[in-house]
Amino acid sequence: MADAAFLALTVITIGSAIAALELRSLIYGSIALMGTLGGIAGFFFLLDAPFVALFQLAVYVGSIAVLILFTVMLVKRELIFNKIEDKRRKFAGIGLMLIIMVSLGAVFLDSGIKTITTDEPATDFRDIGTDFVTYYWPALILMGLILAGSVTGALVLAKREDVENDQRAS
Amino acid sequence: MTSELVDFTLVSVALLGIGIYGLAVKRNFIRMLFAVEIIINAANLNIVAFGRFLPHSGGQTMALFSIAIAAAEVAVGLSLIIVAYRMYQNVDIADFRSLKG
Repeated sequence: MADAAFLALTVITIGSAIAALELRSLIYGSIALMGTLGGIAGFFFLLDAPFVALFQLAVYVGSIAVLILFTVMLVKRELIFNKIEDKRRKFAGIGLMLIIMVSLGAVFLDSGIKTITTDEPATDFRDIGTDFVTYYWPALILMGLILAGSVTGALVLAKREDVENDQRAS
Repeated sequence: MTSELVDFTLVSVALLGIGIYGLAVKRNFIRMLFAVEIIINAANLNIVAFGRFLPHSGGQTMALFSIAIAAAEVAVGLSLIIVAYRMYQNVDIADFRSLKG
C-alpha cells in the first residue's frame, strides 16, 4: 500500500500537470509545469534513484522550465492570457483521457505486476557510471553529438535574418 | 519502501492521459509542448520504476539518456515556436498553414 509521501507527491504531480494545461495564464502554467517536473523528481527519490532525481532537478526544473518561461515572455501579452480551444473538442479530449486512463489502468491492475515486490538493495550510482563508460559509451558520445547539434540548430533557427549586425549592437 | 510497482505505473498512466488530453484539446503551441513534456516524464517514471523493481541498473541509465534527449527536443521545439511566432505573430497551430500546401 502506498505511504503518505507517495500520496502527497501524487497529488502535487497530477494536480500541477492539470494546472499546467488548464490555467489561463501561460506564465502560471509554466510554473505549474515546474511543480510536475519536481514531483517526478520526488518519485525518483522514492524509487531510490537519487542520481536521476538530481539530474531531473538540474535539467528539467533548472534549465528547461526556465527556458520555457523565457519563451513565454517573448510572446505577446494578449496571447499569454488567451485560451484557444473549442468546447466540443474539450469534451472529446476528456473522454479520450478517461478511456486511456481506465483501459490502461485496468490492464495494469489485472496484470501480474501487482504482485511484483523487491527486497533487493537499490542500484548504486557507481554502477550507472560504470555502465555509461563501458557498455553504453557509443550511445553516450552519440548523445553528446545530438545535444550539441540540436542546441546549435536551435540557435540557428532562432537567429533573426532581418537584423543587421550594426543594429544588433545598439 | 512501501509503495509498489503498480502504484507508480498508475501515476504514470494518469500523467499519460493528461498529456494526451492536452495534445488533443489545446491549440496553443506552447501548451502542446507542456503536454509533450508531461508524457515524456510519465515514460521516465515508468522506466525508473521498472528498473528499481526488476532490479537492474539499466533503468536509471536509460532514464538519464531520455532526460538528456528530451532537453534537446525542448530546445528545438522552443526555437521553432519563436520562428513560427515571428512569422505569424501567433501561437495558434491552426494558423500555421504554410506546410499544408
